[in-house]
Amino acid sequence: MFWNNHMETLSGAELAALQLKRLQWTVRQAEKVPFYRAQLREAGVGADDIRSIDDAVHLPFTRKQDLREGYPFGFFAVPLKQVVRIHTTSGTTGKPTVVGYTRQDLENWADLMARDLTMVGLTDDDVFQNALGYGLFTGGLGFHYGAEKIGMTVVPSATGNTKRQIEMIEDFGVTAINSTPSYGMRLAEVAEEMGAELDSLNVGIFGAEPWSDNMRKELEERLGITAYDSYGMSEMYGPGAAFECEERNGLHFWHDSYFLEIIDPETGEVLGPGERGELVVTPLVKEAMPLIRYRTGDITMLMEDRCPCGRGQKIARIMGRSDDMLVIRGVNVFPSQIEHVLLSLPEVGEQFMVYIDRKHHLDEMRIEVEINRECFSGELKDLARLQAHVAGALRETLGLRTSVTLVEPGSLPRFEGKAKRVIDRRGEVW
Amino acid sequence: MEKKSEYVIKQISVFSENRPGRLAAIAEALRKEKINIFAFSIAEANGFGVVRALVDNPERAHETLTDMGFMVSFTDVIAVKMRDEPGGLYETARILGDAGVNIEYSYAYSGKDAAVLVLRVDQAEEAIERIIEHGGELLSRSLFT
Ligand SMILES: [Zn+2]
Repeated sequence: MFWNNHMETLSGAELAALQLKRLQWTVRQAEKVPFYRAQLREAGVGADDIRSIDDAVHLPFTRKQDLREGYPFGFFAVPLKQVVRIHTTSGTTGKPTVVGYTRQDLENWADLMARDLTMVGLTDDDVFQNALGYGLFTGGLGFHYGAEKIGMTVVPSATGNTKRQIEMIEDFGVTAINSTPSYGMRLAEVAEEMGAELDSLNVGIFGAEPWSDNMRKELEERLGITAYDSYGMSEMYGPGAAFECEERNGLHFWHDSYFLEIIDPETGEVLGPGERGELVVTPLVKEAMPLIRYRTGDITMLMEDRCPCGRGQKIARIMGRSDDMLVIRGVNVFPSQIEHVLLSLPEVGEQFMVYIDRKHHLDEMRIEVEINRECFSGELKDLARLQAHVAGALRETLGLRTSVTLVEPGSLPRFEGKAKRVIDRRGEVW
Repeated sequence: MEKKSEYVIKQISVFSENRPGRLAAIAEALRKEKINIFAFSIAEANGFGVVRALVDNPERAHETLTDMGFMVSFTDVIAVKMRDEPGGLYETARILGDAGVNIEYSYAYSGKDAAVLVLRVDQAEEAIERIIEHGGELLSRSLFT
């Protein structure tokens, strides 16, 4: 199902022309912001120099830090009079980032969200429980207006009081739920404790934090739903910039509203489809707060294949943060890739530690993994075979030779919250 | 013909990282449980090893070490009494070689009345049969339970 069939399936020259026109408009809009005026002057480019979409590469990047320094309204391109709403993102350190919306921005955002929800098969027949935080966080209100726009019956439950949430699902006959994946797990847990069957529930939408395919499986089994991944951040209005379609193989990024690039986070070089790197987004229709080549810090890649659903550009599910990236002998490696490989090997656990050293001017990466107790035969040759098997699987995915150390089950550190699995000793002076 | 399985002995094999103190921890745990170690050997590869031991109570040794968090498994081996004369080892090896039995590894210890050769072979029953046929003497599993 399509909300806006024409826009969602736009392609080729028609799409390129629209993106170009909107990119030029965005640069012009950005020129109203002192920060961008200075940036563009320094880079020696202006709206008139953008003659094809490929010229985007000449534009300077915008970093999260830049936005913070603009606190509170430094990035607004319109007078406050025209700003009808403000959201903020909580910075872990220092001041938050403030984002503003004109009436047209809110309209655009709700429209994209309506496309997302329609794409996963939701209609005005559905009852939608929106269990994301309402308030300064963009999650709650972002979904809310999109859901209302397509005529769903919206239950603005927000978060908390989980028992009550379960009761509402049952009493109101809720068919679709939206939450963070971790809160989804909590809902499943409490529903099980209460003996609630949640028969009416069909669809779950999860986002705002990374979640694995294993977690998807568990959420689907325990809640009796089909689970979809959603992506966005307040710098791109909020959630809904990209969303999974019913294929659930990558997220469609709304190509008429966002121009995407994937770059090598080290060099800034633009990478091609299928190459993993940092997502850089230039929103194409934002009025109150235009951004140019915004570095999201999220790691993904552009997917090459056309989607059977007929819509445009997809990105892979977010694989990690660029801050976590390691450069080993010139190859970019993400700890999430290692985790992914280990999850696919039943002979070893999913815990791991990575040690990086520089020996004779060469980076050496050693990965410690726990053997699964059931897989220990007692034979040294089986262990050697397992070691080679794990190293081979890692090499295939990472494109890098690593040394693998097998350790006893339960011997590696377990982390609560953010894991510190990488010990990089290359900078140390001996 | 005697039951061949009578001579199949349970060796315990313990995974051990090459870290100081792991072997001592294994030995200490068995001593505390009053489990007697007849023989042991250590096989090492890249960064890890397997400690192999013949003990008088393999079941209890398995349980004790597993409770301590070690990875333990049983491995079937046979134990041949060596004649105390030159060529004893050669003879055993020849008998098995002629029968097409592969020796994966072996280690020895000196028992009460004779040296004992512990063998991990790929065809235990065949090995037992041939050794007995040639008048060799095998230790019974009853010594190790
Ligand atoms: Zn699709």
